[in-house]
Amino acid sequence: MEILNALVALSNFVLIPAIAYGSQLALGALGVTLIYGILRFSNFAHGDTMAIGTMVTILATWGLQALGVSLGPLPTALLAIPAGIAGAAVLVLLTDRLVYRFYREQKAKPVILVIVSMGVMFVYNGVTRFIIGPDDQNFADGERFLITAREFKEMTGLDEGLALKSTQGLTVITAVIVVALLFWFLNHTRTGKSMRAYSDNEDLALLSGINPERVVMVTWIIVAALAVVAGTLYGLDKSFKPFTYFQLLLPIFASAIVGGLGSPLGAIAGGFIIAFSEVGITYAWKKVLGYVMPESLEPSGLVQLLSTDYKFAVSFVILIIVLLFRPTGLFRGKSV
Amino acid sequence: MRTLGLFALVAVLILGTGFLQSWNSALIILNMGLVSAIMALGVNLQWGLAGLFNVGVMGFVALGGLAVVLTSVAPVPEAWAAGGTRILGALVLGFVSIAACVLAWKRLPRGRRGWAVAVLSIGGFFLYRAVLDPGVEAVEAVNPAATGFLGGLGLPVVLAWPVGGLLAAGVAWVIGKTALGLRSDYLAIATLGIAEIIIAVMKNEDWMARGVKNVIGLPRPLPYEIDLQNDPGFVDRAAGLGLDPTTASTLYVKLGYSLMFTAVLVLVLVLAQLALNSPWGRMMRAIRDNEEAAEAMGKDVTARHLQIFILGSVLCGMAGAMMTTLDGQLTPSSYQPLRYTFLIWVMVIVGGSGNNLGAVLGGFLIWFLWVQVEPIGQWLMNAVTSGMAEGSWLKAHLLDSVQHMRLLTMGVILLLVLRFAPRGLLPER
Repeated sequence: MEILNALVALSNFVLIPAIAYGSQLALGALGVTLIYGILRFSNFAHGDTMAIGTMVTILATWGLQALGVSLGPLPTALLAIPAGIAGAAVLVLLTDRLVYRFYREQKAKPVILVIVSMGVMFVYNGVTRFIIGPDDQNFADGERFLITAREFKEMTGLDEGLALKSTQGLTVITAVIVVALLFWFLNHTRTGKSMRAYSDNEDLALLSGINPERVVMVTWIIVAALAVVAGTLYGLDKSFKPFTYFQLLLPIFASAIVGGLGSPLGAIAGGFIIAFSEVGITYAWKKVLGYVMPESLEPSGLVQLLSTDYKFAVSFVILIIVLLFRPTGLFRGKSV
Repeated sequence: MRTLGLFALVAVLILGTGFLQSWNSALIILNMGLVSAIMALGVNLQWGLAGLFNVGVMGFVALGGLAVVLTSVAPVPEAWAAGGTRILGALVLGFVSIAACVLAWKRLPRGRRGWAVAVLSIGGFFLYRAVLDPGVEAVEAVNPAATGFLGGLGLPVVLAWPVGGLLAAGVAWVIGKTALGLRSDYLAIATLGIAEIIIAVMKNEDWMARGVKNVIGLPRPLPYEIDLQNDPGFVDRAAGLGLDPTTASTLYVKLGYSLMFTAVLVLVLVLAQLALNSPWGRMMRAIRDNEEAAEAMGKDVTARHLQIFILGSVLCGMAGAMMTTLDGQLTPSSYQPLRYTFLIWVMVIVGGSGNNLGAVLGGFLIWFLWVQVEPIGQWLMNAVTSGMAEGSWLKAHLLDSVQHMRLLTMGVILLLVLRFAPRGLLPER
């Protein structure tokens, strides 16, 4: 029983939140890594692309709610995601046309593009705050929980409850579907293959008649879709605040680099590594250990390695370790 | 010619603020402009001279602010008695275990070193926490409403400026050691991360600088306004100039800061100019323009990059200490990356990267715009919305959002300059 209780407590406070957060990070990191693979720069505006896409989704959700449309137990925001994707796609394509294309044609150094993306970040951030304001927005509706802690206790007779938020379940399911679609697209369609070819060797791809502008356009659309899905899921799971999305940039980049920049599989692995370490290191282990350890050894303190305010420090330390010992990341991404 | 003209423009803008709004606000802009100019010089050293992309300016600036508290605030004897030595011991212990890890990694043979480092780092961390935590608890329990921290050394506040530079140098060394020599984006991401962490530490480690409870009433290098107003000699002199004592005292203090900051800026600028035109500066630019060639000529690119990265960060730390001295308080939650990192970048790029005078110009000009965009935006929005019906939803929303115009304007300025005048207002010669 004790072991079961420990397992349940562990899943409730560590595994489930980390899996949900990891899926969100993985989706974000996929966007960063795709941009890096195809356009060859680190896109600092990614966090704010997520924010702006989520904002469009929220506005559409409010519109749908006002019309009386709802998905029953599921959050209405799911219906609004296509609107968010469309909005974000139009925005990034416009940005690419007005801003990035000029530097691409000039073959500017990657670091110039990074600075340019910083300017874009400023603009996106300003637009988001201008339209929806800098405050928290809560747009989740429908059922809050798939299983509440109390129901679980009644069902199993255990002391520990296991609460499964519907947004957490939704996050994982959506992430799996999106990632499966992405990999199918990259591996089995003509456009996807041309994208991978372009990422591997630009010159060779151009020689074999791949249209670079088309590849870039498709990439931006996919990235916009990934960013909006990631942003909306994160917003549903926690809440939407523009500044939080800017701060997500660090764990997202850490995930992408840990996995290996340019490697989609690495981005997913990196997302989960970062999420599990973040949640694991900032969780107070007293409860779980209390069940597992004999009474005499029971810990007196909280057994929390770092306070939750230091979650960024966790992704940062992992990032530093990877940079020191394996700068190309776990999945051997690009290093130049 | 162009340089003179543009600096004259900045002077006109600031003087114009003095005549049109008030001399107090003109001096406030001038003082922060001076501080911003020093930060911009630091970033310009890193970016303009060496092509290093530092996105952690905020962190170094905040370290400068921390230095002010650590140097100038009077120590809290009760807190030191309660747990000061214990905390110091824990810090030493943490440092020793990191050093042991590095040593083990370097000295031990390949097969075993991974395990040794893992054991040393995990054991060291738990030991460190075991020593630190009781000390922190004891210190933070000492009169938490007023102190609850160790206090500083009680030294003159001006000393905090070089100390801020030193703190920044230490952190820059650690970051540079890890991220330099890898691809350029990695330094950007590493600095972005360290800045967030420095702020997180300052917000949470209450024993150090009271965290989000802020440290207010920091010592000042200049007299207080209220003392000046009570000084008959000063009041007489103010009356001689036709000023009332209150305005005169505030102007006097602000002018004092302006003079001190100008002295620092001139010193830094002269040094930066000398460095730029020295053989060392030429080498730096050679490295920036073609790393492979410089490396082939026998230059140690990574070591030179580390050097200049530290120098630039020192300037940011110093400027941060000066800014906190000017504010008279340390509020960790006021450090926002958009304000302290990206705005400095806009200054450097708009001013002209690679040109020290350009960075200074950018510092003043962009700071002026940052301050004045809001009233201009307000006016613009009022003009735009004047045709709309009173009390309409859109009108209220637009008027509310004016404060976010700043970010948008700065982003657009940055993008326009990068596109159409990538060398900035004062291009590198």
